[in-house]
Amino acid sequence: MNQSNSLQSYSLNVNGAVHKIEADEDMPLLYALRGDLGLNNPHFGCGLAQCGACTVHMDGQAIRSCITPVSAVGDSKIVTLAGLGTPDKPHPLQTAYIEEQVPQCGYCINGWLMTAAAFLRDKKKPTDAEIKSALEGLKCRCGTHMGILRAVKRAATMMG
Amino acid sequence: MTRIEKSAYFSRRALLKAGGALVVSIGAPVTFEFAQADDATTAMSVAVKPALTPDQLSSYVAVNADGTIAAHFGKMDMGHGIAVAIGQMVAEELDAPFSSVKVAMGDTATSVNQGGASGSTGVQEGGKQMRLAAAEARRVLIEMAADKLGMPADQLEVTNAVVHGKSDPAKKVSYSELVGGRYFNVPLAWNGKIGNPLLAPGKATPKDPKEYRVIGQPIKREDVAPRVFAQMDFCTDVKVPGMVHGRMIRPAIAGAVPVKVDESSIKDIPGAKVVWNQGFLGVVADKEWDAIKAMRQLKVEWSDAKPPFPNQATAIYDYIRNAPVRKKEVAGKTTGDVEAAFKTAARVIEAEYEWPFQSHASMGPACAIVDIKDDQVTLWTGSQKPHFTRDGVANILGVKPDKVHGIWIPGPGGYGRNDAGDAAMDAALLAKAVGKPVRLQYMRDQGTGWDPKGPASIHRARAAIDASGKVIAYEFMSKGLPRVDVNSNESQPYDTLAGQLTGVALKSGDGFAVPQESYGFDNKLTYWETVAPLLDRGSPLRTSHLRDPVGPQIHFASESFMDEVATALNMDPVAFRLQYVKDPRDIAVIKAVAEKAGWQPRPSPRNDQAGAKVSGRGFAYVQRGPTRVAIVAEVDVDRSTGKIWARKFTVAHDCGQIINPDGLRHAIEGNVVQGISRTLWEEVKFNSKNVTSVDWLTYPILDITEMPEVIESVLIDHPEIEPSGAGEPSTRPVAAAIANAVFDATGVRIRRVPFSPENVKSALS
Repeated sequence: MNQSNSLQSYSLNVNGAVHKIEADEDMPLLYALRGDLGLNNPHFGCGLAQCGACTVHMDGQAIRSCITPVSAVGDSKIVTLAGLGTPDKPHPLQTAYIEEQVPQCGYCINGWLMTAAAFLRDKKKPTDAEIKSALEGLKCRCGTHMGILRAVKRAATMMG
Repeated sequence: MTRIEKSAYFSRRALLKAGGALVVSIGAPVTFEFAQADDATTAMSVAVKPALTPDQLSSYVAVNADGTIAAHFGKMDMGHGIAVAIGQMVAEELDAPFSSVKVAMGDTATSVNQGGASGSTGVQEGGKQMRLAAAEARRVLIEMAADKLGMPADQLEVTNAVVHGKSDPAKKVSYSELVGGRYFNVPLAWNGKIGNPLLAPGKATPKDPKEYRVIGQPIKREDVAPRVFAQMDFCTDVKVPGMVHGRMIRPAIAGAVPVKVDESSIKDIPGAKVVWNQGFLGVVADKEWDAIKAMRQLKVEWSDAKPPFPNQATAIYDYIRNAPVRKKEVAGKTTGDVEAAFKTAARVIEAEYEWPFQSHASMGPACAIVDIKDDQVTLWTGSQKPHFTRDGVANILGVKPDKVHGIWIPGPGGYGRNDAGDAAMDAALLAKAVGKPVRLQYMRDQGTGWDPKGPASIHRARAAIDASGKVIAYEFMSKGLPRVDVNSNESQPYDTLAGQLTGVALKSGDGFAVPQESYGFDNKLTYWETVAPLLDRGSPLRTSHLRDPVGPQIHFASESFMDEVATALNMDPVAFRLQYVKDPRDIAVIKAVAEKAGWQPRPSPRNDQAGAKVSGRGFAYVQRGPTRVAIVAEVDVDRSTGKIWARKFTVAHDCGQIINPDGLRHAIEGNVVQGISRTLWEEVKFNSKNVTSVDWLTYPILDITEMPEVIESVLIDHPEIEPSGAGEPSTRPVAAAIANAVFDATGVRIRRVPFSPENVKSALS
């Protein structure tokens, strides 16, 4: 097969495991996670960092993997939604999302959960206005925002 | 099939006469031929599933070997949690535990075409059929138990999927012992229709609502947890061995077609190939990022198309006003002689309203995967109507529908006929051309810019008032782009971009609608007119169904106008409506919402507020089919910025019998939020060449910082009335309620959506 000359090797630390891949340096991290690593959690929503569907944590910060070049990841630790918690050991936000029955289609879920998780880690007992401000700009087309706010408040209470 | 069913019934009767016991064997798989021979001893159950046809009980319900109950639903859940409601209806009729019912949706190999997600009919039509099927299954199971236990059927009842004697509970047999792992072989009285109107009752009569245990309970969705733990695949996550990635290329000027394509311009990209047929142009590559690069890098020369649109989105209203009428229809309840009554009027009140094109703008652009192996085709789609999509893929590939297996998997959002139907057909053509399975996903600009749009429209209303202040005549007219340039399903190539771009003859749909309410004016006329689309094929402004098709625009106008008449008569808007509304259930929702919202009677506008920041309240009520919704919106308006905060909503909702109040509340909440978004922000912008709303900056929607403080619902339950739709009705009155509240706050009537800060500030100045 005709191989592009620009392929580079990268080691990605994702959810605690290191994966070696070959990719163009300008390929967004999203395609490495979904294509090379076969993870189904981050989604393609816009490719423009306008919606949040592709959000993952990079060294604890919520970032948009759709515009983050794989070459910019270095040895940073990436955590996806699957790495946030499990049914046996859920993150409080995951518990709250289930309790509040938040999603409709659920395609937007990475943006809200990963952004709120980073926010609640650093901000205890946030006000409603602080929660809204932290989540500003994230998109949910089904209109589940009222449930999202209830869930984030519930999780904030659980996290003390 | 008919012959076999008859023989099965005959042999069963013969068996009973002979006094034989019903033998149910769960053995090795048998051939269909053997199953026929087996009929003499198996009667109403067989070991091999009968053909998947709408007239077979087994097409809807089966008892698995482990005692769980499979409900095969030919509609699907686009996010409102309807699988729970269907499970409740099936569990109820079967007297089985809710947890034992497993609802499977949208696989053409296991469910018949019940119309997909469509017109809020999930419970109303789809659930009705599942209820009838489950009731028939219960009847058949009791007959089987009667044979097995040697007791008359009327001495038996069912508890938790176990049939037992009413007076002797020790005499019992479970559903799984009776038929587990086998299939019902019971004919239903199918009405011969597919889609939403499909109905196939058995001999059983469903339960009396007084006996309900499961229906009416707030049961949670089981599919939330897999989503939040990233354990559920979306349509976008499907991977097929040997699969390549596809991307489509659309023209910069709508209507242009490629005249020269330079495949050498992508030769450095691994596996990149061009698929070009007339106006259809796509690329594939082995890796997804490479397909995107190929899409961007491919050199294409386009035809010199004349820009097909007016130079700005708001110019569409003059186009609609001036364009010849293509189709006209009087609809709704016409009474009296409107023209004659207007001649006698002491006053005439008139107004005109405008609504823009709106996009589904689903959370992600659509995706489809098509795998063609010899003569067998497999389609994975997020379309809300996978059975019709299966037919469409068969038609565009030129194969029989039974050679296409359509599998629905939740996609990135769906509120009607969005871009999913086009993606399936595009993927089919790409897969056929390259001879490999293709996964196609659109890009953001294609999802928003090229999805079928909700139509733009204008609406004129007038009311004749006599000297006493009575409304003696009312006329309401809509004129707009048709509700469907492309049908709400994608079963025909002419209803898809792929078909239109590869030269299939057009067959545009048409139609609009009229307000649904029960105002009993003595003279009343409601009608609609449609105009031809600006670009007849391959248009980014082609129209189709978007949540509550044409409902928000029509009722924005009609319910704004009712407030305008109330204001002209110096009447309270609720009192005015109650003077004319005739239907008792309509009256009940209106009174319920007014009470819950603490509505104090007075005319609008308030006229008692100074300064930039003012508040107001607005009311609207609608019917949607048999469902009724009344709503009160409370808004704050900053007159200095034009910014509206839709602060509080109170909704009264009557959809007859409530299946799941928890699901219903969530559906209403989402509908109200989406309704606010469409009212305050949403307008598909375009210039003469193309749509320019192509992402979230150019097609803004309501942000979380703009959410209401509270959305309260009053759910009016009528267990005795058949359940009707709830997926869309509460979207319908939102725009008018906000418009009426803005008028109450500011004294300014805004008759064009959206109420963006820019538009509101302009209207207020």
